[in-house]
Amino acid sequence: MSEKKREPLLHVSKRASLPWYAVWGIRLAAVALALVLCAIVSILVTGENPLQIFSTIISGAFGTSRKVWMTLQNTAILLCISLAVTPAFRMRFWNVGGEGQALMGCLASAACMILLRGTMPNWLLIACMLLASLLAGGIWGAIPAFFKAKWNTNETLFTLMMNYIATQLVAYFVILWEVPKGAGKIGIINQQTEIGWLPVVGGQKYMLNVIIVSVLVLLMFFYLNYSKHGFEISVVGESERTAHYVGIKVDRVIIRTMILSGAVCGLAGFLLVGGTEHTMTTTIVAGRGFTAVMVSWLAKFNPIWMIVTSMLLVVLERGAGQIATNFGLSSSFADILTGIILFFIIGSEFFIFYKISFHHSDAKEAIARG
Amino acid sequence: MEKRVPAVSIRNVSKSFGRVQANSHVSMDIYRGEILALLGENGSGKTTLMNMLAGIYFPDEGHIAIDGREVVIASPRDAYDLGIGMIHQHFKLVDVLTAAENIVLGLKGRLDLKAASRRIREICDAYGFEVDPNQKIYDMSVSQKQTVEIVKVLYRGADILILDEPTAVLTPQESDKLFAVLRNMRNDGKAIVIITHKMHEVKALSDRVAVLRKGEYIGDRPTAVTSEQEMTNLMVGRPVSLNIERPAPHDPKPRLEVKDLTVRNEEGIVRLDHVSFTANSGEILGIAGISGSGQKELLEAIAGLQVTESGSVTYIEDDGRREELIGKDPLAIQEMGVALSFVPEDRLGMGLVANMDLTDNMMLRTFRSGHSPFTDRKGPRHVAESVVEELEVSTPGLGTPVRQLSGGNVQKVLVGREITSAPTVLLTAYAVRGLDINSSYTIYDLINRQKEKGVAVIYVGEDLDVLIELSDRILVLCGGRVSGVLDGGTATKEEVGLLMTKLGGDRNE
Repeated sequence: MSEKKREPLLHVSKRASLPWYAVWGIRLAAVALALVLCAIVSILVTGENPLQIFSTIISGAFGTSRKVWMTLQNTAILLCISLAVTPAFRMRFWNVGGEGQALMGCLASAACMILLRGTMPNWLLIACMLLASLLAGGIWGAIPAFFKAKWNTNETLFTLMMNYIATQLVAYFVILWEVPKGAGKIGIINQQTEIGWLPVVGGQKYMLNVIIVSVLVLLMFFYLNYSKHGFEISVVGESERTAHYVGIKVDRVIIRTMILSGAVCGLAGFLLVGGTEHTMTTTIVAGRGFTAVMVSWLAKFNPIWMIVTSMLLVVLERGAGQIATNFGLSSSFADILTGIILFFIIGSEFFIFYKISFHHSDAKEAIARG
Repeated sequence: MEKRVPAVSIRNVSKSFGRVQANSHVSMDIYRGEILALLGENGSGKTTLMNMLAGIYFPDEGHIAIDGREVVIASPRDAYDLGIGMIHQHFKLVDVLTAAENIVLGLKGRLDLKAASRRIREICDAYGFEVDPNQKIYDMSVSQKQTVEIVKVLYRGADILILDEPTAVLTPQESDKLFAVLRNMRNDGKAIVIITHKMHEVKALSDRVAVLRKGEYIGDRPTAVTSEQEMTNLMVGRPVSLNIERPAPHDPKPRLEVKDLTVRNEEGIVRLDHVSFTANSGEILGIAGISGSGQKELLEAIAGLQVTESGSVTYIEDDGRREELIGKDPLAIQEMGVALSFVPEDRLGMGLVANMDLTDNMMLRTFRSGHSPFTDRKGPRHVAESVVEELEVSTPGLGTPVRQLSGGNVQKVLVGREITSAPTVLLTAYAVRGLDINSSYTIYDLINRQKEKGVAVIYVGEDLDVLIELSDRILVLCGGRVSGVLDGGTATKEEVGLLMTKLGGDRNE
């Protein structure tokens, strides 16, 4: 063994907090680097011009007015579910059951459309759909919360498993209500009568969804940051012992917050079935319950920032589809690009909190002089 | 005489955490055959400096030499290879393993527990330790665990030992035993550094004191020629008065009556066994005991945070009305109009929310008031402002998360909030644990002022000198039982110390 040890080449230390422009500088640099790497990968793997690929992503998301509205609509639903899981996350309750909770909302809405059509005026039916969706999602959220509060079960596993139950329930009702018999799917519900379809606002089919979710962003922002409930959620999330110590009823907060979380997921289901798809399948939520986890984390649980993060993910996803068609590439290639970009964005956070210094050994004589 | 070669020489070492400069250009020497007491206020960088020797942190700049040879300590293993061993404030032992298993844990080579036990016994005989190599850690007392930690570093061949506040968890008798062992090791030619806040220990044990202040090295003195007053002044940077007042209680009346209180923990072990006492208004009732003798359970039971098995806690109002507190949660107690404040032992895990700022932490107690569904931050902000001003909390601002404050300032924020509500009963658990002299005296002063206002103060403490100086009466707990109640004015440390270790068997004498 050599007598003299080498100094470590670099070492990591915590940074003093950076000014906001430096923080954003780092983030933008990360995105720029990500794009460069994407370009290199594109050239190496496909031989296509990377600029063309990037512009295809943009045109895939915003190329035509229809595409813009599709992007907005997808963003709205994703954002809605992200807003839903956020109160739970602030409470450190890892609700990965957004998928199932939203699906239950879809089921409730579809059930109202199918079972109650013709029995009441359309506005009342829509009100019933909304109520039923909120209730269904809320119950689906409350079940794991109850078990967590009473017996401290693991909420991650519990909410995850609830997703599968929801999927199977929906599968059962799809067969029950299938049209035509034997088709194995429901098809467009009330296609002729448009009963239970959300009204078209401003001549745009998806406008209403976008408006509702925009309002929801503000409501959630104020609820989390300025309400007494929001404060209780933060205290429970930071330290249950402190919450207990100041007399917050932790069990009640957990259950209440998860009912809210589930209910907002149910709302997303209502918007999906009543406002967008007018049908129900087992895959109607399309994994957005999970993508929402990423949206919420990327935005550091801040509802306003979630507008940006949800839009980013939707644009990348829709652009990816466009790449696949335009260049005849597998859509997996677009996923690779999305992965690279997300990796850089998430990775950049490290450099915001830590700095890396390189060591140069000099002035060793300091010791010798003693 | 030949010039001594320092066992460790630190030259120009700096370390910062973010904006906090923990050590700034520190140069100092540690010699063999000497016990060095490292003194400094909280946040003066003592532990950080020693952690750099132990390989836990790596210096931003500067050099470290062992026996005159420059070294790089990049990991705890490097430190062990260089013969440096550190005994941390919080023990790092595996509970379900035996002493011997813990001691050999992580060492390379064949696992031979018999040989290891033999060597452990040799080490124990050499220095006067008492360790049973086959005893499980969970069966051990705090002082036994500490002994295992010390034997562990000796087993690994350490001849430079660093102890971070080793006596914080020991009774006076146990501390004396530890000191005897440390003296043996010094006479054996080992270099020993001890970090402590207790001045009398410094005088009793060390050969030399070195003082850090705000991350900088201030200087050293031979212990024989310095005084408590001089050391304190060096640490604080200005003259400090070292007297604790004990104003005579003014018109004490029973305020809190605890009767036959019995508490079992989750495993069903009795933590409080028929504890009875009365706390009077305008009086400080000190509670002494080895840590884990039921102090925590007692305070939490009074505050409504602990499930009790039997017994009662009665709050007596000024007009003689009596309210039973057992079976009520903190919110219910508050709603009954009982003004009870509690400064818990675990400041950041229970009393405060570490990631929240000062304003939000002030709000914890009061955020429910008013009918609006929204929180009012104006009131709490004013409270935060006045706490910062009156208690001289040093913080960059009200928006700073409390985890970024130093220990003393965290405690000031917590105590400040708890006394803002004008309590009639104030419970404090280890109110000055880990605090430096200056902050400690601020806290004693605050507690005394509450007493003068007629508050019934229950003060759980560990420094017996302070406990005796501050308290009007002292209740001693031993193994969950009351082993005696002494008068603060006449009690001696030895008396209290004996009651603390009194075994359950001779309690009926």
